[in-house]
Amino acid sequence: MAAIEVENLQRSFDGGVIAVDGVDLEVDGGEIFSFLGPNGAGKTTTVRMLTTLLRPTGGSAQVAGYDVVEDAAAVRRAIGVALQEAALDPLMTGRELIHLQATLHGLPPAEIDDRADALLQRVGLTRAADRRVGTYSGGMQRRLDLASALVHQPEVLFLDEPTTGLDPVSRMTIWEEVSKLNDEGTTVFLTTQYLEEADKLADRVAIISAGKIVAEGTPASLKAEVGKPRLEVAVAEGSPAACEDVLARFGECLPAKDGTLIVELAGGAAEIAPVVRALDERGILVESLELVEPTLDDVFVEKTGQHLEESDEPLPGQAGRVAE
Amino acid sequence: MSAIFSRQSWRVVGELGRRSVKQTFRRPQLMAPLIIFPTLLLAIQTGGAGRAVDLPGFPPVESFLAFMLAGAMVQSTLLAGNSGGIALAVDIEMGFTDRLLVAPIPRFSIVLGRLAGTAALGLFTAIWFLAIGFAFGVKFTEGPLGVLVMILLVIGSAVAFGSIGAAIALRSGSASVVQGMFPLLFVILFLSTAFFPQDLLLEPAQTVAEYNPLSFIVDAVRDPVVFAFSAEDMLKGLLGLLVIGGFGTVLAARALQHRLRTGG
Repeated sequence: MAAIEVENLQRSFDGGVIAVDGVDLEVDGGEIFSFLGPNGAGKTTTVRMLTTLLRPTGGSAQVAGYDVVEDAAAVRRAIGVALQEAALDPLMTGRELIHLQATLHGLPPAEIDDRADALLQRVGLTRAADRRVGTYSGGMQRRLDLASALVHQPEVLFLDEPTTGLDPVSRMTIWEEVSKLNDEGTTVFLTTQYLEEADKLADRVAIISAGKIVAEGTPASLKAEVGKPRLEVAVAEGSPAACEDVLARFGECLPAKDGTLIVELAGGAAEIAPVVRALDERGILVESLELVEPTLDDVFVEKTGQHLEESDEPLPGQAGRVAE
Repeated sequence: MSAIFSRQSWRVVGELGRRSVKQTFRRPQLMAPLIIFPTLLLAIQTGGAGRAVDLPGFPPVESFLAFMLAGAMVQSTLLAGNSGGIALAVDIEMGFTDRLLVAPIPRFSIVLGRLAGTAALGLFTAIWFLAIGFAFGVKFTEGPLGVLVMILLVIGSAVAFGSIGAAIALRSGSASVVQGMFPLLFVILFLSTAFFPQDLLLEPAQTVAEYNPLSFIVDAVRDPVVFAFSAEDMLKGLLGLLVIGGFGTVLAARALQHRLRTGG
């Protein structure tokens, strides 16, 4: 059974602003699904609808088999949610927050202490458990937020930009925890504006722009759609023309850039070793050799004509636009 | 609404109420209006205007402090309601309310939890001012029963004003808007019988005070201290609580519905 099924989901706001414009999705149970897009693309609005915080203005969505409008209470029992910018009360302690969350989800009082201890240990906050959240670092707050979302062992976990603003180490820690949760069978719906995050974590990725999904698939299949890995070769000694002859045997040569020869490898990254051997046989000495694989940003560019990092400000015709 | 009254729902209300009380005690800017301001005002007024009791037309009271206690208590509950509203608005601003809204709980339990906390603060302020009264020799004319009635009325008053604070917080979603009500509360307070007998007020304040629901509440709280139980004053006090609390609750429910419908 699909963990999340979304059909033609729409959300517009007063003034005719369309944030989500006919999104279709299907997320299988047990997968990590990443929703990738710039600020204002419609990611958070979609998550808010799927988590019952916002009513759709069109279309339908089911989460864990329940309709988000008709069976909102059942959806809330089945999901865990860590919203953007961990909404934590700085005056509470970590342990108090987990206790509150456990009560909200109806855990029997006798089980709450043990559950809180286990979760705090899981996210490495045992020693900080009785400190006020306001004294936590950003990474600690995110980990606590994640722990609180897990208190009732949800079937589907929604993480809205869980690592935005975190340092690389904290980001890695969150990634590891998300992977572990997924290994344990939790379906994860993750929004992000970080290409690397989607690439590393997700089984499948949907790219959203202007409230519409513009591409969907596994990271590998999406990247394969926009081109093959390129090998960039700088010749130290020997004829560039001879080098180009060799490279042409492995794929289409692209225009050289600053003296560096570029070939799109028809057989992918597996052909690096044969290329090196062929160059060596021809006596060509190589100064540097670099494999450049397509990224999800290339996919984003291909589909929207913009780089992901450039598209924080919605352009005309992008998300948050006014209905015509 | 039936789900609101399940055992689990009351557990949630209790837990949210507990959080609300802790939040107030941990945030000095929420605590100050409850205790420090009303206590200072009480000290200044009783110290500086204590001879007001000698004015012709001032009701026969044992001391000006005895007369002022009810006003200080109701002032404190008024500000407790406002502080509760500010705290709820802060929750909305920082997204904490979303955490509650994605949990499988009746939505109105968020408001009830806040009001439960405000009720507990009402109890705290009642005890505080009663302690001041005892410490300075105020004799409660209706004895322990009078004190109990007084405490219950003060708790009711905190809940009623808390519902108004919650309504404003839910409708505006802005702590500064709720905080902006602060001066207005003082106007309403001074245009009541909280600090001065109605007969000694000048027009139009006298007429406003006569119909101000706050006067009804203050008078009902004051009776067991300085006079004797009066069925009429008690009924008017309960009516005042009912009008303010009912109005606030309906407004809060509608504001919550609006927030849920529009998503913010």
